[in-house]
Amino acid sequence: MIEITDQSIDIQKIIDAAQSPDCGGVSVFIGTVRNFSRGKDILRLEYSAYPAMAIKMIQRIIDEAAEKWDVRKFGVSHRTGVLGIGEVAVVIAVATAHRKEAFQACQYIIDRLKEIVPIWKKEVAVDGETWIDDHA
Amino acid sequence: MKITVKFFALGKDLIGQDELEMELSESGVVADLIAQLEEKFPPFKELGSYLIAVNLEYAEHTDALKDGDEVAIIPPVSGG
Repeated sequence: MIEITDQSIDIQKIIDAAQSPDCGGVSVFIGTVRNFSRGKDILRLEYSAYPAMAIKMIQRIIDEAAEKWDVRKFGVSHRTGVLGIGEVAVVIAVATAHRKEAFQACQYIIDRLKEIVPIWKKEVAVDGETWIDDHA
Repeated sequence: MKITVKFFALGKDLIGQDELEMELSESGVVADLIAQLEEKFPPFKELGSYLIAVNLEYAEHTDALKDGDEVAIIPPVSGG
């Protein structure tokens, strides 16, 4: 399953989407809002997305991953809206038959998500707001 | 032909709206639409680097447009 949501991400739901009896491992990445960035104290992040295209691009990334590894099931959720420090911005769960592939596929998916999926974050720091224009 | 143009992040801030309709002459390409945007909305030039999507797919400036297409201006993405 893939979702772009303005509600708190239900982490268990995303993990459940990646459960499969033929899989021995589910690798999960949880991206959270950090309190510092580029030397600034961050108050909150504001995420916006182009949801229809974001879902399409995430599906493409999953397809890419499935060509490289034996991805059986997956769940990807990305938040939009205002997120405070420590809140969950993204959850990726990937199930494969063996653990090594699960780790590799999960890392690939988050790296590619940061490269091509039309989602943006604005950092709101103590001294002002900035649209982030790199995918560090 | 009518084209829907969508803006996000800094692009939306610069244009001051998230969507607008633009009229483009027949056989227009993405670059023609961009030229029109820059003329109508001078602040758009401040956007610097961005990609273009047509109907939810990344596109090139030379790609042809057709009536009813949805074009999105995609500033550098920063999800995750």
